[in-house]
This record gives sequence, C-alpha cells and structure tokens, in this order.
Amino acid sequence: MDVPSKGTAGGAQRTAARPPARTDVTVSVNGAVERIKVDNRASLLDVLRERLGLTGAKKGCDHGQCGACTVLLDGRRVNACLILAVTVDQAEVVTVEGLTDGTRLHPLQAAFIERDAFQCGYCTPGQLCSAVGMLAEAAKGRASAVTADLADDAPVLDEAEIRERMSGNLCRCGAYPNIVAAIGEVAG
Amino acid sequence: MRFLRPHTWAEALGAKAEFPDALPLMGGTDVMVDVNFGRARPNALLDLTAIPELRTWAPDGDALRVGAGVTYARLVSELADRLPALAAASRTVGSPQIRNRGTAGGNLGSASPAGDAHPPLLAGGAEVELESVRGARRVAVEEFFAGPKRSVLEPDELIAGFRARPATGPQYFAKVGTRNAMVIAVCSFALALRPGEGVGTGIGSAGPTPLRAYAAEEFLAGELADRWEKRDALPGPVIGEFAELVAGAARPIDDVRGTADYRAHVLRVLARRTLTWAWADHCEGGAGCA
Amino acid sequence: MTTPRVGERTGRIGDSTARPDGTPKVTGAFAFSSDLYLTGMLWGVTVRAPHPRAEIHGVDVGPALAVRGVAAALTAEDVPGRAVYGLDVPDQPVLARDTVRYQGEPVALVAADHPETARRAAAEVAVDYTVLEPLTDPRRALDDGSPQLHPGGNLVRHVPIRRGDPQPTAEVVVTGEYTVGMQDQAFLGPESGLAVPAADGGVDLYIATQWLHVDRDQVAAALGLAPELVRLHLSGVGGAFGAREDLSMQIHACLLALRTGRPVKMVYSREESFFGHVHRHPAILRYEHGATREGRLVYVKAEILLDGGAYASTSQAVAGNAATHAAGPYEVPNAHVDVYALYTNNPPCGAMRGFGAVQACFGYESQMDRLAAACGLDPAEIRIRNAMREGSAAITGQVLDFPAPVAELVRRVRDRPLPPQRSTDLRAMPGGVGGTTHGEDVVRGVGYGVSIKNVCFSEGFDDFATARVRLEVTGGEPVATVFTAACEVGQGLVTVQEQVVRTELGVDRVMIAPADTSVGGAGSSSASRQTYMTTGAVRAACAKVRDRLAGRDPASLGDEVIDATVEWRHRPTSPLDPVTGQGFAHVQYAFAAHRAVVDVDLGLGLVKVVELATAQDVGKAVNPLAVAGQIHGGSAQGLGLALMEEIQVRDGEIVNPSFTDYLIPTVLDMPPMSLDVLELADPNAPYGVRGVGEPPTISSTPAIVAAVRAATGRNLNRVPVRPEHITAEGLSVEAGR
Repeated sequence: MDVPSKGTAGGAQRTAARPPARTDVTVSVNGAVERIKVDNRASLLDVLRERLGLTGAKKGCDHGQCGACTVLLDGRRVNACLILAVTVDQAEVVTVEGLTDGTRLHPLQAAFIERDAFQCGYCTPGQLCSAVGMLAEAAKGRASAVTADLADDAPVLDEAEIRERMSGNLCRCGAYPNIVAAIGEVAG
Repeated sequence: MRFLRPHTWAEALGAKAEFPDALPLMGGTDVMVDVNFGRARPNALLDLTAIPELRTWAPDGDALRVGAGVTYARLVSELADRLPALAAASRTVGSPQIRNRGTAGGNLGSASPAGDAHPPLLAGGAEVELESVRGARRVAVEEFFAGPKRSVLEPDELIAGFRARPATGPQYFAKVGTRNAMVIAVCSFALALRPGEGVGTGIGSAGPTPLRAYAAEEFLAGELADRWEKRDALPGPVIGEFAELVAGAARPIDDVRGTADYRAHVLRVLARRTLTWAWADHCEGGAGCA
Repeated sequence: MTTPRVGERTGRIGDSTARPDGTPKVTGAFAFSSDLYLTGMLWGVTVRAPHPRAEIHGVDVGPALAVRGVAAALTAEDVPGRAVYGLDVPDQPVLARDTVRYQGEPVALVAADHPETARRAAAEVAVDYTVLEPLTDPRRALDDGSPQLHPGGNLVRHVPIRRGDPQPTAEVVVTGEYTVGMQDQAFLGPESGLAVPAADGGVDLYIATQWLHVDRDQVAAALGLAPELVRLHLSGVGGAFGAREDLSMQIHACLLALRTGRPVKMVYSREESFFGHVHRHPAILRYEHGATREGRLVYVKAEILLDGGAYASTSQAVAGNAATHAAGPYEVPNAHVDVYALYTNNPPCGAMRGFGAVQACFGYESQMDRLAAACGLDPAEIRIRNAMREGSAAITGQVLDFPAPVAELVRRVRDRPLPPQRSTDLRAMPGGVGGTTHGEDVVRGVGYGVSIKNVCFSEGFDDFATARVRLEVTGGEPVATVFTAACEVGQGLVTVQEQVVRTELGVDRVMIAPADTSVGGAGSSSASRQTYMTTGAVRAACAKVRDRLAGRDPASLGDEVIDATVEWRHRPTSPLDPVTGQGFAHVQYAFAAHRAVVDVDLGLGLVKVVELATAQDVGKAVNPLAVAGQIHGGSAQGLGLALMEEIQVRDGEIVNPSFTDYLIPTVLDMPPMSLDVLELADPNAPYGVRGVGEPPTISSTPAIVAAVRAATGRNLNRVPVRPEHITAEGLSVEAGR
C-alpha cells in the first residue's frame, strides 16, 4: 500500500472539466526560481499547496478572514488565498518552509516552541510568516493602528502593539498569550 | 478566463475598451473572495498592479490626487496628517495582511455599502477619477454609488484614483463592529469640519449605498457659520439635532450583523460623539486626530 | 514555571516540556489531513440538500457522471452496508435516501480528478425535492401538531433528577429564563481525509479525528466490511473541540475509494465545514433557586431544553451532563431537574468543549448572581457559602470522594488585585481602534463564574484506553516506543505520553508511534479524559515492562525486546436512575473559577474584556506549560460564546456560514489572563490528574456576562450578548441627553 506523503511529489498536472486559460509565471519561492504554468483562476495558496508541494501555508477560510495562509510576498505579509497566482510573476514568495536558515530554526520558530505558542499548530505557519512580516514592518517604522505617535519612526513593540499588529491571524486554540510572549521575546 | 496585465495606464484603458467585461483587480482582497467562492466567474481579469502611476499620490492644485493602487497601509503611514479620517478608516480595514494589499480604489470599485473608505471620502468631499479611452471624468463620491455593490462606472471605464482636499479642520471616523479586529462595519460614520466653509458627513453600512447626511450637514453648517471664529461650546440641542438628522439620513435594514434600530441608534451616538470631539479640537485650535 | 528549550527531551511528569511535534509544526512539515497527497488520487465532493426539511423523490447523478474527469457519483443506493450511523444512536443516513432533515444534509457524492471538476459535477446532480415546513422551534417539538422527524418521535432523551423534598419552600426565591445560542467549534483546519483502497478489499483512511475506533466501527458497518479491513490512521488534526467526535466525510471518502479503486481525498471548505459537523446545543433554561436569607441554597428547580437538531449525535450524553451539572458546584439538598434533548430540523448538535455543562453553567451562575442580589450578598461570597467540598453530595447523590476546592478557587480569583483603571489609549477602549469612544459612557464591571465538569465518560459507559509500550536498545541506547490510538488534537497528548514513559522507565529516548487502529481503542480525545486515560494506560504498560525488566538496567537488554500492552479502565460509574436521576454517574469532577473585568460602552453596547483571572484545580499539572495553554484556550472559547459567537439559524437555515460573520475572538479580544493552578491530587486518578480542558470554557462565559451586567445593570439573559441587547434597554438614556 502506498503511504500518503505530504504535499505533491513534484507537482501533478491536473485537468479540470473545461481547461481554463493558463499563464506562464516565473516566481522565486523560498529562494528557488520556479517556472510554472498556472491556472488563471488559481490562488497563490492553491499553487503553493497543490503545484509546488508547499503545504505549510494553510487554508482556513478562503477569504482572508483567518490568516492561516499568510506568506511573505516581496517581503510583505499577505493572505495567499487572496492573491491570484498569475499576478506573482517575477515576485519573491517566502513561506513557512523558507523561514529556517538551512537547519537552524528562525528565532521566532524557536520562541514559538519554547513558549508553547500553539496547540494544534494549524494557524502556526501563518502566525510565523505574519510575525516575520510584522517585525520587518515595525523595523521600517510603519505605524500600526494603535501606534500613538504616527511620526514615531521606531514603534516600541510592547504587548498592545504586538496584539494590534498580529490581529489578522486567528488561533482557535487560544494560544494568544503565548504567541504574544514568543513574539515579544524575539522583538525584545 | 483571460488574464490581462497591462504595464501602462494607456494599455489598461485599451484593454478595458476591448474587454469591457474584464474584472479589474488591484489588491484582490474583494475580487478574490468572489473568485474563491465561485460567485465571480469573469471571462477576463484585468490586473492593474503592474501600473506604476496607480501607486502614487501627489498634491494637485489645492487637492491631493491619490492613485487607485495606494494601499490602506500606505494611507495610514503616509497620509494620516492630510487625510486623517481616511487614514483612521484604513486602520480598521480587515487585517494587517489585507491592508498591505487592499486599496481605497478597490473599495470604490466594489462599491459595498460597508466599505470602510467610503464614509471618509464622502465626508471629505472627494471626487472619483474615472477614465476610459473615450476620456476622463470626475464624479463626486456621493454620485458614484448607484446601489448595493453598484456604481456609475461604465463598462469601459476604470477608476484611476480619487481627489480630496487635505483636511482643513478636524476629521473623525468611527466604526462599530462586534469584534476588536477583522470585522466588517455594523455601522460607521465619518465627520469632517471645514472651518469657515462647512461640514462633511459619511455613513457606512446603514443603507443600500454609503450615504451623506445632507440635512445634517446643512443644519450644522448653519449653526457653525458664526461659531467658527468664536470657538465657543456647542449647545447640547445643536449636537442632538445634528445626531437626529444623521440618523434620519440612514436607511438601515436588519441583517446578520445588526438590526436597523441598532444602526440608527449607533449613528446618533457616533454623530454626537464625533461632533463633540471635532468641535473640541477646533476650539483648541488643533487639527483632529482620530 | 520553567521554560523548556527547543530540542530538549528530558521532561518528566510535572515538568514544563516542549512538544515533540513542535519543530514540524513551526516549519510547516507537520502533515495535517488536508496536506496529504497520493499519486493518482481523486477529489471527493459532497452534494448537500439546500432545504432543512424535504422529501426526496429521486436523485439523478447521470449529468454528473457525464462530466469529463468524473470517476464516480454515488447516492444512498450505493451504500453497501448499514445505511445509517451515529455515535450513540444510529439514526443519521450516510446519504439521505427519501427524507432530508437539515439544511446541508449529504445526498450524493462525486469523485473526479480535479476538485473544481468535482464541484462542477456535483452541481449537476439533480435531486427532486418536495420542500416541507421545517420544525425549528424546540419548544414545539413535543406538540401534537408537530411533524414526527424520527420513527420514535422527537424526544431524544429526558433526564429527570429528583432529590430531597419534592415541594420545598424557601425564604428567598429567584427565577430566570436563559437562552444559549448555537456555538460552533470553528477549528481552523476544516474536515479532511484521504481514503486509500487496499489490495485485501479493505481501506486505509488517513483522517483528522478525535476517536479512531468509533470512527472505524461506523465506517466498517456502512461499508459492510469487517472492522479489521478498515484501518484508520490519525493525521494532523487542526483543532477539534468536539467537532471531530462525529463522522463527517469518513464513510463518504471510503465509499468513493472502494467504488473507484483509487485514493480519494476530501477537504471541506470553511462554508461546508459549518454544515459538515455538529454544533453546541442551543438551550432554553428555566431556573428557580430557593435559599435562606443568609444565601444558603435550599432548592434548585430547572427545566432545560436542548435543541439537538436533526440527528441524535451525542444529545443523550449532553442531556445527562446538563442534568447532573444543573445546580453547579454547589451544595443543594433539594433538586428537581428536567432536561429534554429534542429533535428539530435545525443543524444537528453534539459535542463541543464543555458538553452540556456550558449551557447549565450560564443558567445556574446567572441565578447565583440574582440570588446574591436578593440576599444582599457579594457574588463571590454567595458562591463560597454554597461551595461543594470533598464529601459533598451532588444532586445525583454522588458523594465527592476527591478534593473539591470550590471555595478556595473563588477566593483566589476574588483576592487577585484588580487591573488598573483604563488609560486614555484608544486600544484600551471598547470598540478599540474603531474609534467609537474616547471614554464617554464607558463603565467597568466585575463578574464571577464557577464551573463544574465531569471528566471521562459517564453513566456506566465502559471507558477504557489501550497502550502498548516497547522497550529495546537501539544504537546502544534504550528506546521506548509507545503505541496507542489516542488522538493528539493539539492538547499535547504526545508530550504527556513521553513524560509518563520517562518517569516510569527512566528512559530519555521515547518515541510516540503514529496513532492508528492497529492497537486497541483509546476512547475519544474529549470529556477532558485523554490525559487521564492514556496516562493511566501508558503508566500501566510501563509497570508491566518494568516487571519484566526485573530491576535490570534498560541499557543492558541487548537484543531482548520487552513489549507490553494494557487495556486500562478508570473505576466504574453507574447509570442514573431513570426516575430519580440518582447514581454514581461521574468518575471525577473538575472545577474552575473565573473573575472577569470588563469595560462596556453603554452608548454603543460594545464590550472590552479587560482581564480574566482564573483559578483551577488540575490535580496534578503533568505539563504546566500545556495546562496554561488549555486554560487560555478554554477561556477564549468561553469569551467567544459570551460576546460574539453564534451560528444564526433562520427557518432552519444557517445565515452566517463564514468567518466574516461567524466571529471568533482575535488576539485583540483576548485579555491578559492571570492563572492560579492548584494541584490537589485526586487519589483515584493516575498521578492525581484532573481533566483540564473543559472547565475554563464553561466558567468564563458566565463570568464575562456577569461583569457586563454589573457594569450596565442590564438583565442579559442570553448569550452571546449582542451590542443591541445592551443598548436596547438604554436607548432612552442616550436620547435624553
């Protein structure tokens, strides 16, 4: 008996009932350049999961209301379910699979384990990509909704600020206190 | 489904003329929901993200011209001083991820009565810039909406951006939702004071389209006409009447997010509060920050 | 509490220990059921009825089969074995044949080579319905004129409890009617599974579930196969909370796989998920509490209606729980309780974290506050005066033969310092960055909630768990491997199993084999029971291994392999007397207390939970880090029920099946929490453990609502509390200014 593997092994070609138009896309995913023909209707999330075998990003709601599919697109965090795959031609995508530095965990990944910042783990890839993007945004001085002084270049990532900036990622297990603590430790 | 990705505005207009049923795509945060749910099966998608000029904003005469591709995140970080109510509304849109992609231009394109950008654009007296190969036109925001998720956009037209005058006085935006983040407005309200000139209002999620409370604006402008300079306290009955007129301008319904009665009540409260804050700011001589 | 380090593999019982599945979970390598893939697999899609009640005159799958790429389209006619399934009562059709009893009921299945093809083909299946008027009001379910939805009528179960004086009187009497809306478990990983046909005519199913063996038995019965030909393998579970105790697509995927001879994957969308699993029972609760002037309970009368929806699911057990917990964690000599679980054409309801105790707790805790007010007592004080303790008798007559520190839990949360008054920061305000108030009309309130919850299966159920432990030397080092069918659903069970083995065998290297049905049953990861049960089983298996080791150093085993399997049981419980409801029904109770502090905008009805303080007795904190996580998570779900979470059903149809309109708490809704974890060992339980997962879910809801009541003076007899419930009574206040 075949044991199911995780994700696609090399990306299976599939044919829908009426083959919709496809477009060639060249995209860097976790540092590797992928040249793929994508269904014009497909979301980036589906292409990552079904074509590239990168199943780290999760599908939780199909409409940007849970954050489980969060990836970094040209360095910014986005909901992969709301990105049309054909629009990422020439772009750079980083998923949770691309956060490790070779074999070493990203500091946020390590902090999530140490602080037990997840239970079932389904939201975790999205939380991590969101946190990475959030720290980058903060480093660039982008104000959040709660930053008191919008002119302040380097917002202090205190607990309230982290909560506000992470409010696009649901965790049904309710690991929020530990998520905030883990991110706070790294933002430190 | 055809996928069109013009790299210049002229190409985009040409493409829209050739494929009038093409669905324009900016941040995709509304369009993709419909695509994922199979509610939208357009024959063609017109991706506007590769057009650099849509992503810019600049002063133009006494107004600001904001391209349709400026994201909510940028409206917050770059324009909070000049368009404070719009920036405040942008902060409440969806999630940080959505604010990184979504645009006020796209919000106009969807023309949802719940669009967060609409009340501040209404209150700020903004105009929408529409363009086609036939030419360009400007439409006042209040004339742009034609019904729930419908606008006066012609099939061959695209939204180039909007124009709004930078705030000359206090502006506020307030939005009621039943959760502290990622929530669609149960009801929202925006108020802009233009000292010496008048008052702007915008109502969200309380009618088939975003609405202006004309009678409330007219009433308040009249009451404020000789008070702009005096900067004295507004009498309670003036605030109360303004709140009643705002609520009266709404046409709310009962739905899954709230009742019509609650929405009318919320508008009364928000109109009262935002006017109180804005007038206090004016009296203190500062510009409002929401 | 110490913080574990990544990669550390030394935690024993009582240590805060990192999860062994932590690294795969943070790198994206952890395989959730929706991530599985096999070459040549098909995608299965469910055709669901759009009507809450209808007759089916015919199902034509011909148009679906005509779609290119479709491999199979099945109806009720294609179910080879038992046509119905169900956890307690097999009353739910695998596929509806001639009757539809709820909106979203599965009618047909389609498998195709692409999910979009399968969806389009499913839309081509033609079903001939006669739409009937649905029965949607549980209060009408037993009326003569109401339609009989099942052959035995519309009553799933009536549980009476009669204790003490049948006609009690009291100096102070308070009454109330309360309503609990329909909550959804809303796990983030929607239902999914992969069925793989096997050469022996059987099937392997990779599935996210809470209870492998009961899934297997129901699947095998429907397929008409011997249970050993149906092998279930646990894949990554994206949250459960009760929603994976019933079957969703398990039988469907296997039917399609066996028909097509190919692997079939099914994944529900979020919308389908709202129709694809049972929800928490909505309830209508009528209470009357009698007490002395000093606030000592004399009697409790309660009538509780639970809307079970279209099929029985676990309604019988939920009703048993609602009844036995109806008076809460309080001593009361006289009780008269009737709980009715009823069939309607609303969505089926079953297990969700708290399981019948949630609904009762909102009722009895609301009553305790009314009683406190009537007696002029502080809400914490009235709870302390009536608190159960070790040796107390429950309303079932069961004497608590384990610690029951209810009063202490209340004192602990009461005596916590209160959070500071709110700042002027927008984000501290109700409404948050919506910018709806700068502090005007914002009032603060404090409220309490105390919960009692049975742990493990009750009422005489033969509750057991199986564990097999193998000890061998590998690479010169002793390694213990644990085999169970116990489901890790996020609660940290795999960590606990490692801790038990390290503690019992003194071996650091412990492997947890993937859970499957190749070993004996473990029971469900529900009822706060799995740590209790599987800890007991693994510990007993380790003891057996230790016996065979006979004092030898495990490292000296050489080629010898010690392999021991134990089927472990907790002490037996007994059924409730069908007339009086008396009996030793529960093996253990767990308790938690919450103090909620809220700020409420009176003008808009918006609530900000400022802080939740929790005290809970966990018997023994096997993994303190995971205990804290369970308390956080349970409290968050209780907060959701208090303020925002409700599946809104109109005429039997769900009107908000999406995360746009079914709102669960975000990180901004979750307040800072202070935890007080007591460890008073239960002498009957392994290591003294007490179930942890459910009590905080139960007590946080009434605590938050009590705080909102205290802030606003409103009655608020319904959860979730909506803003208009707060402002409706206050409209005149605002208008009068």
